[in-house]
Amino acid sequence: MSTDLVLLAVLMGAVTYPSRALPMLAPGIERLPARALLYLRLVGPAVLASIAASQTLVATDPGGGQQVVLGPQVLGVGVCMLIVWWRRNLFLGLLAGVVLVALLRVAGVG
Amino acid sequence: MSADLRAARRRLLLDSTGIAASAVGFALVFGLAARNAGYSLVEASAMSVIGFAGAAQFAAVGYVAQGLPWLPIVVLTFFLNARHLLYSASLAPRMRHVPLVHRAAMAHVLTDEAFALAATHFHRIGRVDVPGYWIAAVIGVFIPWNVATVAGYLLGGAIPDPAVLGLDIVFPAAMAGLAVGLMTGRREVVAAAAGAAIGVAASLLFGLSVGIVVGGLVGPLVAIAMPATLAHPGEAPAPRHGNELHPQSPLPLGDVRLDEAIDEAEADAHPKENLAPIAPAPLRTLDVERALQADEDSRTEEHE
Repeated sequence: MSTDLVLLAVLMGAVTYPSRALPMLAPGIERLPARALLYLRLVGPAVLASIAASQTLVATDPGGGQQVVLGPQVLGVGVCMLIVWWRRNLFLGLLAGVVLVALLRVAGVG
Repeated sequence: MSADLRAARRRLLLDSTGIAASAVGFALVFGLAARNAGYSLVEASAMSVIGFAGAAQFAAVGYVAQGLPWLPIVVLTFFLNARHLLYSASLAPRMRHVPLVHRAAMAHVLTDEAFALAATHFHRIGRVDVPGYWIAAVIGVFIPWNVATVAGYLLGGAIPDPAVLGLDIVFPAAMAGLAVGLMTGRREVVAAAAGAAIGVAASLLFGLSVGIVVGGLVGPLVAIAMPATLAHPGEAPAPRHGNELHPQSPLPLGDVRLDEAIDEAEADAHPKENLAPIAPAPLRTLDVERALQADEDSRTEEHE
């Protein structure tokens, strides 16, 4: 059984770990200016919304470019957000979103 | 452990179940793709255990299959995963009391999903919860991802396409749902809205990995730059440290001004300095004595 690519996995881990660890291990990060702490607090909602919107609305076309896509996934994510906002229950939101998208695709939408 | 913390961890576990379903769906496909690209089972597992970076793992499969040299794969991995700097920096101010060795281990399992779950959990309980972090990162993501990688490799073509089952939307839907959980004030709402809009625009121009980072970096700046009149419309400035009650926002969101938001951020970073003082023991004793005396008085009255 080949193990050559284990070294590639180690190298990939080695270049990923610093971005995961450096801020968390850096001494004195809690002594940053107050505005910087506020900025870091706002990173959470901003980056999660950025991931959600980009993954839902942007797709790579066969030519390698990016394009906006509007399909069942937009409805599924929207329904999930509404349910989480209303019921404060992520699991329920995900379930509703997945079922809706699966049904729409079975019906030939998207 | 308090009942509130137990309830918060139960909720975290439930949220993690949805995330785990997403991780399983994609890791099954990764295992299959790795097998088709000529990886051995050990190599596929090493990617998931050591690299543990979904998008970079998928990219590496494609490049290895095309026979690309390792250097561009490693460089691409670095850029694809640079967004973790944001996650780590966002969690870091609250983690200062966690031992260094723990933080070093926690960093290895910091992913999009782990950050989203942990940040929401910490926000909900108002402090860091190390076991909660492990629930989010290991039970919610690491174990499902690695088990499903092996399963995908072994099951091969028997795996259904996650898109047919609608599972491809679990990841963006989970990120959106967890973002909703973090929107506890107008600044958070503005940061999220700006992050989403800027992220989409930048993704269209520069690709998804760059767009996500740009949205995450610029969104908070827009929220901080928001004028106080928008953060708190139609109201005169209130004293910053007065004893009077805060004017209520018409929204069901706890609204904050910039200076108060800064105070809150400082409180997040220095939680121990904001604990309510404990009532001194003599007062408690006095209360008990007064209660006993009142009870005795009432009995005497009844008897009379």
